[in-house]
Amino acid sequence: MPEIGLNHFLVLSAILFSLGLFGIMTRRNAVVVLMGVELILNAANLNLVAFSKFNGTMSGVMFSMFGIILAASEAAVALAIVLNIYARFKTVDIGEIDTMRE
Amino acid sequence: MENFDFGTFAYQAIFYLFAILIVVSAAMVVFVRSIIYSAFSLLFTLFGISAMYVYLSADFVAVTQIVVYVGGILILLLFGVMLTNKITQERLLTDVFNLVPALLIMLAILGSLLYTVLFRAKWHTSAQRTTTVVEPIGYEVITNYVLPFEIVSILLFVALIGAAYIARSDSKVSASK
Repeated sequence: MPEIGLNHFLVLSAILFSLGLFGIMTRRNAVVVLMGVELILNAANLNLVAFSKFNGTMSGVMFSMFGIILAASEAAVALAIVLNIYARFKTVDIGEIDTMRE
Repeated sequence: MENFDFGTFAYQAIFYLFAILIVVSAAMVVFVRSIIYSAFSLLFTLFGISAMYVYLSADFVAVTQIVVYVGGILILLLFGVMLTNKITQERLLTDVFNLVPALLIMLAILGSLLYTVLFRAKWHTSAQRTTTVVEPIGYEVITNYVLPFEIVSILLFVALIGAAYIARSDSKVSASK
């Protein structure tokens, strides 16, 4: 069975990364910005696992496991912050939350 | 290809199907204006990336991806959508801004990444491949990665307690406001 080349996964990961970056830059809703962050983290994990496969070692897989754990804790803390922002400002529009702007 | 091999064809066709699924659903996550549609497109993206891990013979990572991302993070995001919007409004739409500069930056970064990956970088790949990943992960966790493993467990513990504390509704804050 011929294997899928390394470049396929890298191209897919690059597309995912740029789409996630686009989501972060354009969306006003904080939860959708978090979805863009998740896309970027997934692109990074895909790269790590791909290099691990084509290198024959386990480092990339271990890094991606730690990356998944960090993504889980990041999502939990970020959503807690978003809920707190909503309780205080009654909106999660990141363009309107400008109390700290002078 | 002199003689047609159906197994090879199916192997590659399924890969490209999942790649197209990932790209289309990830594009829907960032381009569709309805927040609920974005969240459910993210579901398909995460499942597709799990299939990519299967193609990379990282079976344990694939299962972990489904359990943690689809079972945990996506549910958290949906809770976030539900709790921070008035459900009575019929369509949950999100405004967009910086559309043209963001599109330009995205295309520039995508182009430079693709150029670097495809034409400039000469990746040195090894001849050996990882075949399965479950047993090696077990060895790695108790040999080379003991300290990071313990630290990340403490980090997860602290993050969950911190998230529960931050998200708690504080009556004093709203009363003093």
